[in-house]
Amino acid sequence: MQFMLLFSRQGKLRLQKWYVPLSDKEKKKITRELVQTVLARKPKMCSFLEWRDLKVVYKRYASLYFCCAIENQDNELITLEIIHRYVELLDKYFGSVCELDIIFNFEKAYFILDEFLLGGEAQDTSKKNVLKAIEQADLLQENRPRQFFFLSAQLTTEKPL
Amino acid sequence: MPAVSKGDGMRGLAVFISDIRNCKSKEAEIKRINKELANIRSKFKGDKALDGYSKKKYVCKLLFIFLLGHDIDFGHMEAVNLLSSNKYTEKQIGYLFISVLVNSNSELIRLINNAIKNDLSSRNPTFMCLALHCIANVGSREMAEAFAGEIPRILVAGDTMDSVKQSAALCLLRLYKASPDLVLMGEWTSRVVHLLNDQHMGVVTAAISLITCLSSKNPDEFKTCVSLAVSRLSRIVSSASTDLQDYTYYFVPAPWLSCKLLRLLQCYPPPEDGAVKGRLVECLETILNKAQEPPKSKKVQHSNAKNAILFEAISLIIHYDSEPNLLVRACNQLGQFLQHRETNLRYLALESMCTLASSEFSHEAVKTHIETVINALKTERDVSVRQRAADLLYAMCDRSNAKQIVAEMLSYLETADYSIREEMVLKVAILAEKYAVDYSWYVDTILNLIRIAGDYVSEEVWYRVIQIVINRDDVQGYAAKTVFEALQAPACHENMVKVGGYILGEFGNLIAGDPRSSPLVQFNLLHSKFHLCSVPTRALLLSAYIKFINLFPETKATIQEVLRSDSQIRNSDVELQQRAVEYLKLSSIASTDVLATVLEEMPPFPERESSILAKLKKKKGPGAVSVELEDGKERGELNGGGDRGGDAAIAASNASTPSPSADLLGLRSTAPVSGTTPSAGSLLVDVFSEAGPSATSAGVNDDGFLSSAPPTVASEDPAPPLPESDELLNKFVCKNNGVLFENQLLQIGIKSEYRQNLGRMYLFYGNKTSVQFVSFNTTVSCPGELQSHILQCICTHTHTLLNVQTKTVEPLVEGGAQVQQVINIECLTDFIDAPLLNIKFRYGGALQNISLKLPVTINKFFQPTEMAAADFFQRWKQLSQPQQEAQKIFKASHGMDTEVLKAKLLGLGTALLENVDPNPENYVCAGVIQTKAQQVGCLLRLEPNAQAQMYRLTLRSSKDTVSQRVCDLLAEQF
Repeated sequence: MQFMLLFSRQGKLRLQKWYVPLSDKEKKKITRELVQTVLARKPKMCSFLEWRDLKVVYKRYASLYFCCAIENQDNELITLEIIHRYVELLDKYFGSVCELDIIFNFEKAYFILDEFLLGGEAQDTSKKNVLKAIEQADLLQENRPRQFFFLSAQLTTEKPL
Repeated sequence: MPAVSKGDGMRGLAVFISDIRNCKSKEAEIKRINKELANIRSKFKGDKALDGYSKKKYVCKLLFIFLLGHDIDFGHMEAVNLLSSNKYTEKQIGYLFISVLVNSNSELIRLINNAIKNDLSSRNPTFMCLALHCIANVGSREMAEAFAGEIPRILVAGDTMDSVKQSAALCLLRLYKASPDLVLMGEWTSRVVHLLNDQHMGVVTAAISLITCLSSKNPDEFKTCVSLAVSRLSRIVSSASTDLQDYTYYFVPAPWLSCKLLRLLQCYPPPEDGAVKGRLVECLETILNKAQEPPKSKKVQHSNAKNAILFEAISLIIHYDSEPNLLVRACNQLGQFLQHRETNLRYLALESMCTLASSEFSHEAVKTHIETVINALKTERDVSVRQRAADLLYAMCDRSNAKQIVAEMLSYLETADYSIREEMVLKVAILAEKYAVDYSWYVDTILNLIRIAGDYVSEEVWYRVIQIVINRDDVQGYAAKTVFEALQAPACHENMVKVGGYILGEFGNLIAGDPRSSPLVQFNLLHSKFHLCSVPTRALLLSAYIKFINLFPETKATIQEVLRSDSQIRNSDVELQQRAVEYLKLSSIASTDVLATVLEEMPPFPERESSILAKLKKKKGPGAVSVELEDGKERGELNGGGDRGGDAAIAASNASTPSPSADLLGLRSTAPVSGTTPSAGSLLVDVFSEAGPSATSAGVNDDGFLSSAPPTVASEDPAPPLPESDELLNKFVCKNNGVLFENQLLQIGIKSEYRQNLGRMYLFYGNKTSVQFVSFNTTVSCPGELQSHILQCICTHTHTLLNVQTKTVEPLVEGGAQVQQVINIECLTDFIDAPLLNIKFRYGGALQNISLKLPVTINKFFQPTEMAAADFFQRWKQLSQPQQEAQKIFKASHGMDTEVLKAKLLGLGTALLENVDPNPENYVCAGVIQTKAQQVGCLLRLEPNAQAQMYRLTLRSSKDTVSQRVCDLLAEQF
């Protein structure tokens, strides 16, 4: 996988993870182009598209788009499930995750992603193992209460298309 | 899991994020951010030492601001402080900041590397993982240099925790992808391969990505992984859905691992061991069988995971391309998916079937789905799916269904998305030509193409239809009639006018008997389009008019009138004006006989591969066109193909009007016929089969008496290289272009370019005499021991750029003409001797036989490497074994001008490093020699002594032969 982007229906970037070295300028350009392309697509269209010399795999969960760019020989369907597994991990960790969780706890979203994917490849696909790693880490933290927020639409309830 | 218990909140951060979200405008947001940045700056600069928590909070805010898209240029130091902390949360944030805001400040990198080193040796698995994640996220060369040696040790050590092993494997993968030369598996290879047997599924999942990447680059060293992968796969495939506990995903056992295993196997040919192969085939059959079973869950995740494995298995089956039974089963399975309600599956099935179509075993099976695919082209709502359908139709096309497929593609073109029209046009043009049985169908198709999508019809396409019409007299009359009809349309595309003008100019006479298309009618029809056309098309039409004067003397007066009009003869465009003047003059003074000779019908074009193919390939990138269209045909265009077409041919056949700007259409040459030796690819064989130049050569033979005698076998052997060939070679060590060789007869020029381990060389053979060279033939061979493993030269067509009127069997080089040859070079491993170029031809009957060294030297494959002084000296020290160094002390044979020296060192291909050597008089350079087998890092130091007029040159590289060779080559340059 070359990179993963999370962005909202309004085109706001919520998370970006790059697995290939690119300049900030290139990253911004790619992001702009891809967000536009994906948002312009209608529901029911297929989740894959050819983009430059890469394949893009994306899926929408509630108000968020999860979008991965993979290489030509990579498997599209399994990438879709990488996305889904990541959403499951977020959901399990935050408890019914929503976009706001990811905005306010962006660092956690990055930590969870790092436990799951490293260098663009799945490090461990067991939900238990990944969460165990995160929780162990949380135990090491000082105890300060986490902020409460109103939970909006949950991500795991996939929007009916 | 209640959300509250999770970790620690940073209240200040949350407030800040809320503030940003509440900003009503972009300006307000920027204002708020600037305020915050000022605040953080003052905190960081303030006298009061910040506690860890505050530091963490501010660094997090900076990170958030950066992720919003703003530039952040401070905070790195604080982040480094954090990651050196003993508190996990601080360390974690510090690492995150560094991973996201990678910085190339070397002092900072040194500090970060230090902290990482501490964490790696801490034996605390959570700290180790954080450090490994950071290396994997940054993946820079500096980090590879610092840790590429350590990580394999962590990966295979018996006491490493599983989670650390997983991170180490993927961390190493990232470093290998970024700096393959620094990651040396060597002694670890077999232990890494055996991670495939690890008890822990997570470790296998992570390790296999690393193994796949390493295997694809070094298949031999890792080939033991095949049997291990097969047995692991077999255990997973045959397991019940609950066996693998948490690695079962929606009732599918270990889908990620299965896909990765199948992917790894695609790095290798089918297993040779019968038992392993049997087991694998069994796995593949089981996977195909499972696809037919009812789903265990209605969830899309279940079917996606299951089908992901299925598609990967099909990829492997296609990769092997040796099991007809499996190929046909795969095809049937994909056939079912073509009608699946999931768009994703339809898309993937179309894509996958495209590759199946090129296998001889499954081509027929794919063809049975033609109706479904045509239907998809017509009805799919998603353009990306329609595109796949069009690709598949192209791939499954053969003689039996070409008419149907071309018709469908043409009708699709009328409504096709703009983004894919050009590609569709090329595909239709290729299929129409490739499978044309009767050429009237071909002509109709191309004219339809121009009618429907004229804007997307490139030059190649309309040149090609003209070439074919000229070469096939059975279709000329039909073509003339059809273009005449097509031109009747009130609005027709300019490309149609071009084709029409050309064809009527050549073959208008074939339809002139019909009063409805009498010469004057034809002329008036063409001329009615004239004013709407661009300059190049008008120029072509003027040539058609002069041809009309020859074909139909009765049109002479009318056409002369047109040529004489101010709008022609005083046209502001030089080319049009010149043509009008010259054609007018030609038609008034030349006798009918002269006119008939000058304006004779075009001779047939030499048969050549279609340049359209090359164009399509260029558009789609490699792999898009089926395998049979590789190499030779692509290069066909480099030398020929496109440069033969429409107007240039007319212009050149008008021998008496050598127009200086006949190249108006952007064509490279005005040559109407080119002598082409269809030698694409064949020289590849030569290079490997010829045992170098024979010693029993007759040498250059310019004895006139022998000229009529048949050549003896000995005289046809390549001559030994000329005595001066080493000197000629040395001229090209630091430059890529120039004249390689020249005598009274022949001049050989060279242009070359290199990228990584590949090079392309253009050789230009100029005939300096006024007499033609016959039996002109060149071969390239690699001498002696090197021929088997050093260079691969694929020589393609030689091609004349000037006029050869007759179709030649033997390659001829006309007097004063130049022929071009392209040589593609791939450097497989390091080498010393240059390849030999042998040129043979007969000049006035005498055999000329010349051998030269082709200026391909190892330094051509240098990639410059920039580095700082510290790095340079560190590496210099690392390369301190005596055999890694080569040194020469020699007298200057040219001036010692600084700029000249610098230019030569840069020409060598290395990076010239400034401010590295403490003595400013000295030069140091660094570069990596790229060969297919390996990369060889190379450091160089040149110490001039102006007083003594001497140099000392020192080379150090990881390979002794390279140090010596580069040293020898370079010592001749100063």
